[in-house]
Amino acid sequence: MNKTNDTVIEISQVSTRFGDHVVHDGLDLEVRRSEIFALIGGSGSGKSTLLREMILLQRPDSGSIRVLGVDLQEITYDAALELRQRWGVMFQHGGLFGSLTVTENVGLPLREHTQLDDALIDELAGWKIAMTGLKPEAANQYPSELSGGMMKRASLARALALDPELLFLDEPTAGLDPDSAAGVDELVRKLRDLFGLTIVMITHDLDLLWQVTDRVAVLAGGKVQGVGSMAELAEMDHPAIRPFFEGPRSRAAQARKINNKIMIKNKYL
Amino acid sequence: MDSSSVASAATADPTPQGLTLSGSWTARGLGAGTPGPGASFRSAESVLIIDGSRVTALDTAGAWVLQTLQQRLRDEGSHVEMRGLRPEFARLLEAVEQQATSSKERPSAAAGAPASTLENLGRSVATAWEQAFALLGFVGETAAALAGSIAHPRRIRWRPILYNIRSAGFDALPIVGLLSFLLGIVVAYQGADQLRQYGANIFVADLVGLSMLREFAPLITAIIIAGRSGSAYAAQIGTMAVTEEIDAMRTLGITPMDLLVLPKIIALLIVMPLLTVFADVLGVFGGMIMAQAQLGVGFADFLDRFVKAVSVTALMIGIGKAPVFAFIIAVVGCFQGFRTKGGADSVGRHTTRSVVQSIFLVIVADALFSIAFSALDL
Repeated sequence: MNKTNDTVIEISQVSTRFGDHVVHDGLDLEVRRSEIFALIGGSGSGKSTLLREMILLQRPDSGSIRVLGVDLQEITYDAALELRQRWGVMFQHGGLFGSLTVTENVGLPLREHTQLDDALIDELAGWKIAMTGLKPEAANQYPSELSGGMMKRASLARALALDPELLFLDEPTAGLDPDSAAGVDELVRKLRDLFGLTIVMITHDLDLLWQVTDRVAVLAGGKVQGVGSMAELAEMDHPAIRPFFEGPRSRAAQARKINNKIMIKNKYL
Repeated sequence: MDSSSVASAATADPTPQGLTLSGSWTARGLGAGTPGPGASFRSAESVLIIDGSRVTALDTAGAWVLQTLQQRLRDEGSHVEMRGLRPEFARLLEAVEQQATSSKERPSAAAGAPASTLENLGRSVATAWEQAFALLGFVGETAAALAGSIAHPRRIRWRPILYNIRSAGFDALPIVGLLSFLLGIVVAYQGADQLRQYGANIFVADLVGLSMLREFAPLITAIIIAGRSGSAYAAQIGTMAVTEEIDAMRTLGITPMDLLVLPKIIALLIVMPLLTVFADVLGVFGGMIMAQAQLGVGFADFLDRFVKAVSVTALMIGIGKAPVFAFIIAVVGCFQGFRTKGGADSVGRHTTRSVVQSIFLVIVADALFSIAFSALDL
């Protein structure tokens, strides 16, 4: 992995409009290598649009986006294909193919892009499935037979199939029970530590934000209103940022973070 | 990690006790064949050293293969030692090892013996039987709802009925007209040769008139509507079932039957006889044009004979079939829509089924009509 280039995603002066509605208005953002980065902001603040622009599903009206050193504005078909194998995306509702079993879904990128033999692909898929915490019985099921949480895990397993350098997660904990959500916290951290992954996620989960993210960007009014760790953001006094730190839920999440730190300390002492 | 610079994974065995790994052990570097020690490699009962210092890249696929290789050599009785692997690669290999040991007793994919032909036959008969019963149940449910809405006319939803009349009826006029016109031409053309041999040119009016009015016009209309509207009903309701819209409707106290099914059935019941008349007119017109071109029967002669040959009964028989076909198409389309479960795949399957089944049932019904009419001497 290239150590000299420490910026994985570089977004500068991006503007996006849907008709008269301005979504991004000269937005700048940087994501560094091996960090867990989160995008937050109210509904309609353009988080999902920005994510879609980063993964080549949508083009901004102006500005430039560079992902893994590749400029997305003038990308050729072949370069895009190459780039798409270097990242993994987990969609909010899974995006699993309904006609394939979980194992086939996870094995699909390997089957498409490598020459590995089928038995090995199935073994690898089985391992990825186990790694994301799915039970082995789920491997032969179809997506329609899975619960919401299992669907997310299967989707994550598929995103990890090609060992990406960069992982995009869209609402990884939305719709999960607290126990599964805590499992996702753990998993995200484990992936980063094991593979040195860079993780970019959209989330509203305050626990996830406090527990695992290195840096967080707050989107509002078409711009990034603040970037920093949650602790740093908590100090900022911006009307778009305050709502994430005020109210009982935010304080509870913050308290859990502190408790967790103490627990970890005790564990290692 | 440029694809052009991916050195493929390789092994070499320079000494009997050593194995050197090189290249990038990644999903793309591994290629089709799994690298392993050559056939000449004999390592039994010895200490084996694997040198990993020349491995340039390792991902989970590579680590998995490496782990499998180590395991195999251990099973063969060697004591395997891994040396020189970069720390981050070693960590990954360790993670794979942990996983491999913990998932040893993982149940293998439940393959099951392939079903025998007899078993398959039995299953498909059972499925068909179950589906026939379910369809019958749905027909009953629909009839009850229809009776209920006649008893309480306020419950009838006029807006969707009018919308369906437009989309299934008015919008279908061009295609129904064109196809029945062409059908009229074909019938007249096929008959022309035979009739000319006997000098019975004028009977082309009987041929075209009776066949179009009694059989072809209602049938072609039903087939077009089944393909056009029946499939749309199945796809619409099926997609709504998949996205939980049907469930949402039920929880909001709206009966899907009232909102989705009855308007479609009522609209088709109104529209199909009208479309059939339209098809009659265009079909006979097509036959008339062909009669003039091939047989020299003028429009006036044709119509003169047509009035004598074709009774009102023939027209009424054709129109009378139309509502029955309409009911079949609408009910089968909606029924298949409600049976959709799961995802996009299922929507496609049930849409196909709705068209196949409704055309099948329409033709069966037509055959029954023919038998009934001949028994009644109509």
